[in-house]
Amino acid sequence: MIEQSVLEEVLGVAMRTGGEFAEVFAEDRRNASAVLDDGRVEELTSGRDRGAGIRVVVGDTTGFAHTADLSEAGLIAAAEAAAAAARGGGGGANVVALTRGSASRGYDIETYPGDVPKARKVELLTRADEAARSVGDAISQVSVSYGDNRRRILVANSDGLFVEDETVRTFFAVSCVATGDTGMQTGRESVGHTIGFELFDMYDIDQLARNAADRALTKLAARPAPSGQMPVVIGSGGGGVLFHEACGHGLEADLVSKGASVFRGRVGQQVASKGVTVVDDGTMVREWGNIAVDDEGNPAQRNVLIEDGILTDYMWDHLRARKEGRRSSGNGRRQSYQNLPMVRMTNTYLLAGEEDPESIIASTPKGVYVKHLGGGQVNTATGDFVFGMTEAYLIEDGKVTEPLREGNLIGNGPEVLQRIDALGNDFAMGPPGTCGKDGQGVPVGDGVPTLRVSSLTIGGTAA
Amino acid sequence: MSFEPPDQESADLLALAQSIADKAGRTEQVEAFVARSSYTTVRAHGGEVESFTSAVSAGIGVRVVSDHRQGFAWAGTLEPDAIADALADARDNATFAEPDEWVGLAEPDGVAPVPFDAFDPSVASMPADRKIDLALELERMVRAGDSRITGVRVATFSDSSSRFAVATSTGIAGAGRGAWCSMSVLALAEDGDETYTGGGSTVGFCPDDLDLSEAADDAVLRATRLFGAKPVPSQRVTIILEPRMAATIAGLLGSTLTGERVLKGRSPFGDRVGEAIASPMLTLVDDPTDHRSYAADMFDGEGLACRRNRLVVDGVLQGFLYDSASGRRAGRPSTGSAVRGVSSTPSVGCQALAVAPGAGTFDSLLAEIDTGVYLQSMTGLHSGVNLVSGDLSVGIEGLMVRNGQLAEPVREVTIASTLQRMLLDIVAIGDDVEWLPGGTGCPTIVIADLSLGGS
Repeated sequence: MIEQSVLEEVLGVAMRTGGEFAEVFAEDRRNASAVLDDGRVEELTSGRDRGAGIRVVVGDTTGFAHTADLSEAGLIAAAEAAAAAARGGGGGANVVALTRGSASRGYDIETYPGDVPKARKVELLTRADEAARSVGDAISQVSVSYGDNRRRILVANSDGLFVEDETVRTFFAVSCVATGDTGMQTGRESVGHTIGFELFDMYDIDQLARNAADRALTKLAARPAPSGQMPVVIGSGGGGVLFHEACGHGLEADLVSKGASVFRGRVGQQVASKGVTVVDDGTMVREWGNIAVDDEGNPAQRNVLIEDGILTDYMWDHLRARKEGRRSSGNGRRQSYQNLPMVRMTNTYLLAGEEDPESIIASTPKGVYVKHLGGGQVNTATGDFVFGMTEAYLIEDGKVTEPLREGNLIGNGPEVLQRIDALGNDFAMGPPGTCGKDGQGVPVGDGVPTLRVSSLTIGGTAA
Repeated sequence: MSFEPPDQESADLLALAQSIADKAGRTEQVEAFVARSSYTTVRAHGGEVESFTSAVSAGIGVRVVSDHRQGFAWAGTLEPDAIADALADARDNATFAEPDEWVGLAEPDGVAPVPFDAFDPSVASMPADRKIDLALELERMVRAGDSRITGVRVATFSDSSSRFAVATSTGIAGAGRGAWCSMSVLALAEDGDETYTGGGSTVGFCPDDLDLSEAADDAVLRATRLFGAKPVPSQRVTIILEPRMAATIAGLLGSTLTGERVLKGRSPFGDRVGEAIASPMLTLVDDPTDHRSYAADMFDGEGLACRRNRLVVDGVLQGFLYDSASGRRAGRPSTGSAVRGVSSTPSVGCQALAVAPGAGTFDSLLAEIDTGVYLQSMTGLHSGVNLVSGDLSVGIEGLMVRNGQLAEPVREVTIASTLQRMLLDIVAIGDDVEWLPGGTGCPTIVIADLSLGGS
């Protein structure tokens, strides 16, 4: 994307005013999407975004500037702006010599989506629309979306790091509305992986569409969810967001170091039930949160955060790790070249236990079975989090019975981790997610086995 | 329609947009939406500048309609080659869409824009040192606000000066500019083993509008009044929503009243025009021509004049918002409600919602409540609200209301109802309209009979 000699020159300019660390992050991203709604292929969109963000660190201050101009002159202007913003004392003279490193995703992209005729993408949309509508006349509306992106990045910094990488992601989602005597209900299914068009060899699009339609139909018969505390069984693959919210965000080193996490100072302590092991793993090939290197050029890692209930470590980016005199854990990510990186999750999941999932439900006299969770949100300072139930059922006498309308669950991270009293042997990854933090969204994955939390608060309307 | 861009930069953007629209062939329509903005963000933490960002960004979105098929492409730059690629991509994309007789660009409708220019050059010319001083000052004020404040997660100063232009081969030409500055702070408070956060913010059309004390006091109060909070038993409750919380509910309602949702059968109010959908106390308009709103504007995303749209009057649903395509399909004129950025086609959306004031202050409405909850914050809005079914369930923090007074703090509880019921259950609306950073104007609202899920 940019010549090595130009990068060295630009980093030299960035360091000239006394910077302690400087970095060029360049990005070239192409997006394509197609949307079918209301029975008609509405629109295809193509997008191209290309530019570089340059940061200069002086003491505790980071100066940052970005530009869409990747010429030498454009980059130097941005480097000067970043250096000025970092307010170094001046007088620095720094020669930067870069050593090209390698990043490998460890697998091949079989079919680049950009090489696939648009007509084939459009055909997937219409197929899914027909499949969803075939489920029943009560399916009153269907929208289908396809998306792919190819993102090339380059990171070069004053420590001599120089690495380039390419990531390809492909995504497909079906949303249905069912209309009945009780009003309207919705059902959604989505799949996404860090791969090319071979996504559609992995999934049966017709089945995906029928599942989304079935979910909407099922909810037409749903009754209001209960309100109050009760045992909750979370379905395999459907509830990784629980750990993303309940502990993941609280284990991000930037929040911990600012005292904004309930997990501050708790490394080495028992923070979860025995048997609970939580991992954040950027190396999980082909998963939605998979990366070869993070957006600071550091290799992705498999980081064990909680092992058998004991808090083992936080997640780190370059700045926070540098301050603590340790290595980044490969969790420095950013939405685009226009943003500063910060500590972010990749694929966050809970390892399987040994119990038969059927027996977990059978041993729950009364409670709620949440097959799929929606998004969630956490206040890391208190650990209080919520997440939505997009498909849930009552458990009565150890059996899954009636479907429930949508609602939120609320709990407290540290408490919930201690209340996990059953772990199934049926681990699965869940649908692709987008994690938002300080206004930046990044793709993340999550996964769980079937598990039970002995008590969570359900936010329904029934007494 | 003759229209004078407010300054040379806007005129240049309009000329660029016009030059692309002029490339339309005889059988196609072309629209170009061009935007350029410069901004700075200063983040302060621990008495130091944590980061200082300054940048200019620009982009273009090109929409092509040919044979009633629409295609779109965008680029995050205004380089000529990228613009040419975007036009070519948009044309190619259009060939793959299925035709729809209603699809098409906006056409001049004779509605004159209400003049508005909130561009204060003092935003762009503000020295960097002053921005840094403000961010550090806000952090200092919060830290000094209460002995239990242990720090801030971040204190931020942001400013933005932006210009946009839209032109079409159908004769639309619009351009505008705006400048804002805002500050926000998230305070951390500790007492014993409890930690709470509280946020405060202030926004203005120019630096002099910023009220640091108000932002700091708010953050300190919110961070320190929840100590000892715990769940209360599940029960039916009345909730009192101060303007910023009430604005969130108004926003949810507004989102269900777009023509796009209604035409596609995704609005719970789609067949209710002329009916009472809310308490007679509720009157809701979407009015970007009200210059008290921070979202006030002259043009919508398709270049049509913004206008005042009445959505609910005395509880009765008046109609919906439309852009030009959804309006054509519904047999109605556009309401000037197209919203967009450079990287997306216009969609129908609310721009500057305002709930009409009722009677009474927050305190006087509070005094009327026997048992209820004052909501300090709601979480899980994106996962707990379904705008198709109307189901609503969110996590809340706040204070119980007992005998007309704020009482013990509460957390880790949910409130749930449906949007449809909540509108009918409005029991009071205050006269304390506040214009919020997002552009909504809203007073205090009291809603009865929600389910609280707790211990």
